[in-house]
Amino acid sequence: MTDFKRPSGRKFEDPRPMEAEAGVIGKADGSARFKIGDTEAYAAVYGPRELHPRFLQDPKTGILRCNYNMLPFAGDGSRVRPGPSRRSKEITHVTQSALRPVVDLSDYPNTVVDVFIELPQTDAGSRCAGICAAAIALADAGIKMKDMVSSVSVGSVEGNLLVDLDGAEEHMNENEGTDIPIAYIPSTEEITLLQMDGKILKDDLAKALELVKPALNKIAEVQRQALHKKYNSEIKE
Amino acid sequence: MNQEMKEHVKQALKQGKRLDGRALDEIRPIKIQTGIISTAEGSAKVKFGDAEVLAGVKMALEKPYPDTPEDGVLMVNAELLPLSSPEFEAGPPSIESIETARVIDRGIRESKTIDTKGLCLEKGEKVWSVAVDIVPLNFDGNLIDMGGLAAIAAIKTARYPTLNEDGSVDYHKRSENKLELANVPIPITVCKLGDLFIVDPTEQEEKAVDTRLTITTLDENTICALQKGGDVPLKVEDVQKMVELAFKSAGEIRKILAEVN
Repeated sequence: MTDFKRPSGRKFEDPRPMEAEAGVIGKADGSARFKIGDTEAYAAVYGPRELHPRFLQDPKTGILRCNYNMLPFAGDGSRVRPGPSRRSKEITHVTQSALRPVVDLSDYPNTVVDVFIELPQTDAGSRCAGICAAAIALADAGIKMKDMVSSVSVGSVEGNLLVDLDGAEEHMNENEGTDIPIAYIPSTEEITLLQMDGKILKDDLAKALELVKPALNKIAEVQRQALHKKYNSEIKE
Repeated sequence: MNQEMKEHVKQALKQGKRLDGRALDEIRPIKIQTGIISTAEGSAKVKFGDAEVLAGVKMALEKPYPDTPEDGVLMVNAELLPLSSPEFEAGPPSIESIETARVIDRGIRESKTIDTKGLCLEKGEKVWSVAVDIVPLNFDGNLIDMGGLAAIAAIKTARYPTLNEDGSVDYHKRSENKLELANVPIPITVCKLGDLFIVDPTEQEEKAVDTRLTITTLDENTICALQKGGDVPLKVEDVQKMVELAFKSAGEIRKILAEVN
């Protein structure tokens, strides 16, 4: 079991190399690009703006609305048909739930804050990358937030717990493996997204949730750096 | 855009001035990057100033259409991502996205830029389909010209996926075979406001002008697609001037594209 080698040569607890940038889309109120390995997500935030149809409005608070979308050429195999699918709708839904706990829109009743997440290329872990990009973009838009949300997957391949599965590992994983996407709030260590595909032993789940923490904290640091870079350099100018 | 801003853009243009300081026949600085998307067979990011458009090519094996059993399938699609501008909405394709895709498609198809016969593996049974998807990341006008250029750059650098012995496609291994490009169609949209003509309009300028004409050219002499837009009519002399401008701008773009491999 211990002589298992990851195809990429990474250590079990290491995420793939990351890049993050804030403020990449000129017309958006906030935006970001987050890349982890060959998975890349763009997020743009628009709002708070008036919400239509009006019956969806909440007089107590603004509403956070997300949309996750893979571009047609972003898939692992052949072209992905444009437009919403069952998969993209579900991911949209859990992405919203992952971000809402840190966002405070009570100053903007009856409004909506839209977060559009687009993936130009994916190699596993796309919902996590989308959440990471969206969290940076929300902060960039000046939305009141309690903290960052950071997200990555942890999985098991041939009985080994691995952080941030890439496409090759997910492939090995097909029959017996497990993939657990997680999003969490770094300061409180609270989990805001938790899903799982496959099988895992009770004890291993607890181990996996511990194993993934350093990677999540590392991601949070990359996200914060992206914001620092944008705003510090703007001040210098 | 509010009425005052529109009026301001119009007034400035009428004095021969653009808000970003460009000459009327000047394109924003052009940047082309290719091979940037690992999952696409071909890809390109085109920047005109800060405006940014992405194009990706995906290929697949399909059954040909019954009326063209020896021809591969070409498809050009554009989506105005709500991520790229506050004015784009999610939902079914808007008429703008359909028009953009169809004008770009026409330039590529009518010029026979891709030899569809060459995409045939087995008559009536198996042909390659080539899907080009175009999306703005940073929208600031002139989507047809930017998308058309991105599409050509992506096709130019696309490589076939490998074929397994059982006839299935291996998308993880790209072959050395490139898509053959017989032509280089370059769409240029010329806008008219009063007696003035401008190329490469920004989003603001697009809203301020009276009318536009997209002219797709193949070389210094040949036009392969046209599309007029806007509700103001054009005179024959206008069309001639616009065509001249389109050839000039296309020449500049062609030089930049020639260096892309």
